[in-house]
Amino acid sequence: MNASHQLFRREVVARLLARRKDLVAITGLGSPTYDVAACGDHPRNFYLWGAMGGAAMVGLGLALAQPDLPVVVLTGDGECLMGMGGLATIGLQQPKNLTIIVLDNEMFGETGQQESHTRRGTDLTAIAKACSISDVTTLEDWGEIDAYAQSLEEIGHGPRFALIKIIDGQTERVIPSRDGVALKLRLRDALGLHNH
Amino acid sequence: MSPTHASSPTPASWHQSIHALLKQFDVKQVAYVPDAGHAELIKQCHADQAMTAITLTTEEEGLAVLTGAWLGGQRGVLLMQSSGVGNCANMLSLVKMCRIPMLILVTMRGEWGEFNAWQVSMGSHSEDLLKMGDVKVLRAETADDVLDCVQAAAAMAFDGGTACAVLISQRAIGSKKF
Repeated sequence: MNASHQLFRREVVARLLARRKDLVAITGLGSPTYDVAACGDHPRNFYLWGAMGGAAMVGLGLALAQPDLPVVVLTGDGECLMGMGGLATIGLQQPKNLTIIVLDNEMFGETGQQESHTRRGTDLTAIAKACSISDVTTLEDWGEIDAYAQSLEEIGHGPRFALIKIIDGQTERVIPSRDGVALKLRLRDALGLHNH
Repeated sequence: MSPTHASSPTPASWHQSIHALLKQFDVKQVAYVPDAGHAELIKQCHADQAMTAITLTTEEEGLAVLTGAWLGGQRGVLLMQSSGVGNCANMLSLVKMCRIPMLILVTMRGEWGEFNAWQVSMGSHSEDLLKMGDVKVLRAETADDVLDCVQAAAAMAFDGGTACAVLISQRAIGSKKF
């Protein structure tokens, strides 16, 4: 592979979030949580530390509750595979403001780097398309990633699904808050919701 | 009539009341895996323009969807049958760790005149599993209990922030006949 096409995960996520304004980012457990945290903590980040398979569904509930709010779910191939039925649930609801981005390293990175299904042929973009998600793409270089990043604040494209074959590279583990209640209250506060 | 048949419940009436009650509590998202016991309520929620009815592929999705709903300021309810409780185990950690005001209505199978023994296993453990996930459980034993229990559970969830489930007994619903 051409070195310029080596999509290191940290840089991918940094570029995707570089122009964020109103965007809420929900992260799947493991590396996507650390990747998003490494871009700088943000009140509109909601990190999952467990609930594997649930990231896209948290994004769906939020997107339906706030139809004018751009919502992106950043997750890994393993997390997406565990919640694959959720893609059908998203396809049924058709939220215009929801984008699912899968950072696909073709392995279960947190648990010893065992190969995942995507290494051996499972095509998550084909699954997303088959679940009635019409805007499905694979981002293959930095130009495509930057262009996609620009559209993340826009409403009306969704539901969208993007897959990026990333490589892990050398990454420092950046640990954001694990306090689910604090993260919840912080996000609701950022959205102007009443906390009691 | 089989001796196991429940005394003629009138599901339509309490379903109508549950829908009205959910509206009173400003419930906006109704996530469900269908059960015959919830069929009327599901129909009413789909017909209600002020509600979003969300068909799930598995019950655990609903816990995550309604967590997202609450992050965005909307209240929700999750409808399922007792076997679906078994699909929720790990996702209940999300509800607990984020202290989400979750309301779950479970129609029971496998406990009263059940013709299908495969339903008995999860039906026998639904309550324990929810309690292990730190969900408060209320049981509606008869059709007359249902509305009171749902009202109490909704108050605990939405006024108090306690994740709460109502188990609607198979005796109240009437056992399934084929």
